[in-house]
Amino acid sequence: MTTETQKGTLFTPWNIVAGIILAAGVVVTIMRFTMGLGSVTNLSDNNPWGIWIGFDLLCGVALAAGGYTTSAACYIFGFKRFHGAVRPAILTAFLGYALVVFALNYDVGRPWRLPYPIFYQQGTTSILFEVGLCVFIYLTVLFLEYLPAALEWKRGFDKYRDILVKLTMGLTILGVILSTLHQSSLGALYLIAPSKLHPLWYTPYLPVMFFMSSMFAGMSMVIFEGTLSHKHFHHKMDDEYNLGYEDLQMAFSKAAAWIMAGYLAMKLLGLAMDNRWQYLGTGYGAWWLVEVVGFVALPCYAYAVAYRDRNLKLARFTALWTVLGIVLNRFNVSLVAFNWQLPSVDRYFPSAGEIIISLFVVTIGVIAFRFIVTRMPIFYVHPAYKDSSH
Amino acid sequence: MKRRHFLGLLGAAGVTLGSGATAKAASLGDVKGLPNAGGVLFDASRCIGCRKCEAACNQVNDLPKPAKAFDDLTVLDVTRRTDAKTYTIVNKYVPDAGKPPVFRKIQCNHCMEPACASACFVAAFKKSETGAVVYDPDVCVGCRYCMVACPFNIPAYEYDKAFTPRVMKCTMCQPRLLEGKLPGCVEACPKEALIFGKRRELLNLAWDRIGGNPGRYVEHVYGEREMGGTSWLTIAPKPSFAAIGMDENLGTTSAPELTSGALAAVPAVAGIWPVLLTGLYAISKRKEKIAESEKQAAVAAAIAKASADAEAKLAEELAKAEVAGKRRIEVEVKKALEAAAKAGEEGEDA
Amino acid sequence: MFNTLQDLMLHNKSITYVLMGVVLICFVGFWHFLTDKEERKRRY
Repeated sequence: MTTETQKGTLFTPWNIVAGIILAAGVVVTIMRFTMGLGSVTNLSDNNPWGIWIGFDLLCGVALAAGGYTTSAACYIFGFKRFHGAVRPAILTAFLGYALVVFALNYDVGRPWRLPYPIFYQQGTTSILFEVGLCVFIYLTVLFLEYLPAALEWKRGFDKYRDILVKLTMGLTILGVILSTLHQSSLGALYLIAPSKLHPLWYTPYLPVMFFMSSMFAGMSMVIFEGTLSHKHFHHKMDDEYNLGYEDLQMAFSKAAAWIMAGYLAMKLLGLAMDNRWQYLGTGYGAWWLVEVVGFVALPCYAYAVAYRDRNLKLARFTALWTVLGIVLNRFNVSLVAFNWQLPSVDRYFPSAGEIIISLFVVTIGVIAFRFIVTRMPIFYVHPAYKDSSH
Repeated sequence: MKRRHFLGLLGAAGVTLGSGATAKAASLGDVKGLPNAGGVLFDASRCIGCRKCEAACNQVNDLPKPAKAFDDLTVLDVTRRTDAKTYTIVNKYVPDAGKPPVFRKIQCNHCMEPACASACFVAAFKKSETGAVVYDPDVCVGCRYCMVACPFNIPAYEYDKAFTPRVMKCTMCQPRLLEGKLPGCVEACPKEALIFGKRRELLNLAWDRIGGNPGRYVEHVYGEREMGGTSWLTIAPKPSFAAIGMDENLGTTSAPELTSGALAAVPAVAGIWPVLLTGLYAISKRKEKIAESEKQAAVAAAIAKASADAEAKLAEELAKAEVAGKRRIEVEVKKALEAAAKAGEEGEDA
Repeated sequence: MFNTLQDLMLHNKSITYVLMGVVLICFVGFWHFLTDKEERKRRY
């Protein structure tokens, strides 16, 4: 990441690292699209989904949940104080979803057919159809929600901007509906494979758990991303943003702690519902406890303490902790606990090419974010639109 | 199972609706279930591991030639699975050390309710009337969710193709079935370990064999109920199906039933969320409005009080002014009278 | 009649998805009908 003091030179450490990742990404991209998936991935007939699904799709979508949680808090639940945080959250979500779709082009065998399930032949019995449809519509919704910022930047489009601003309420509600549906459906994807997913992770509650965890994932991401942005784009922020910022971090710490408590309850009740207790004593059980205690229960408690003591530092640290916990959970469901019965030689581990593309995608996201926030009214209200309710 | 789906639905939607369970109940009467579909019975106790079925499959499906010839039986020493170039394989198992091995042929089991078809978001898989589960590569996007969904790990993918990768799996020789021929592997089997026929009749045959040879077979027809049933049925010599690498814990719930709860939650969310969210919005808006009007009322009251005070003061001032005015008039009148009196006195004097 | 539960669900869900779209659009219209006399100029 760059700071304003480094503006003069191109060869900052961050730029060099980003440059290397981008160059490697381009090479792997060319290989992927000329020689096929097999040339760059460790995917196999037993392991058809690797980190391009486990990380790029599952984590990408969960961590982009800040868009719907923040806009719902502000516009639906009436927390007007958080208004300044809505635009950064929407931008993060929009970029997140755009990159999810971008990364899917690498993963599917014939990416030029990606519109098929929606426009050509609909496999409506598939949970993946539901995910695809929702992600497609939600990406459009996020684009429309983000668009006013771009239109204010370029000026001269006030008519369209005003129409979009009028649609805010409808888009927010539609966004929450679509998010509820596809966040939960990402978990529901695995309902069809009870024989492959370890019983500690396989539960009929999978959709609920993915949905609940997306809420605190999104909030944690807003806290985490806000903290980073404060470090690097402070000069871009106006008083409205700065005034609401600490309040928002505290409110989201409180909300996340509370939702995590519910999530923990579901984890526990899920075990009881299907009588999975005996698995807790196994190696997988220990790993499950690491995830649930180490990356949900403890951060839940830490968030609560941070809120009670108004300890911003702890809240920010816990946000990162929770984000890592979400990544761990999605990895566990999609990779670690998936195919758990196969002998170790048939198990999956990502190849260098897969890791490079995942880093490539994240890097593009950071660059796009930096490009936009340094130019468009994201962290501040554009002087010409001070009186706007948006 | 119903309870499980109901609860899954409950959770997923976050609402108390029983539509998942009712949708299933209503469906049973509408589904015929292909009673006359074809199938194959595989008797593992008859298989000698000659790989003639593999060779026939390779030939009738125009698949690429393998590295090792089909009469090379050393291939059997390693456990294999189906892949993009092989629709069927035979594996060797030794359930009891010292006793002769048991061979098992692996290929698509052609589920009665295929998980691949349920999972496919372009509906590329279809259970055909012949019993075969067939795949249409012309719509396939290559998401490979079918491979995630398949409980038998059958579909394979052409990972080495950049432009036309396909999912590859046994078709039960659908083109041959439509011509009235037998599947390639069945035709090639020298020991009649494979028998093609109507699934319903094959089930009877399987149970007859189990009943007619007491102690020889595991008392179970694999595929009769697994994952909702499969067109390809297997009977195996004792001790167990697990001993020849078959998953005995798949359960009897078919793939569409596994996801029906979550799918039923989707319309519930679309129906209830807008009402709930708009309601919450209206409530917060109304609270805001009440707070606003309370504020306004308070301001108005303050203003009213202030102006009332002011008015009272004004009236007081006016009253005061009036008194002062009166006094001033009185003084003036007095003065005038005094002046008049003085003038009279002066007149009298003159 | 359908051969498999899968075919039946494909049929049912396809209709349901279309209706879901219709329902969502109708909600918007009805909400406006319900509230448009409250305040002529409502700011969202």
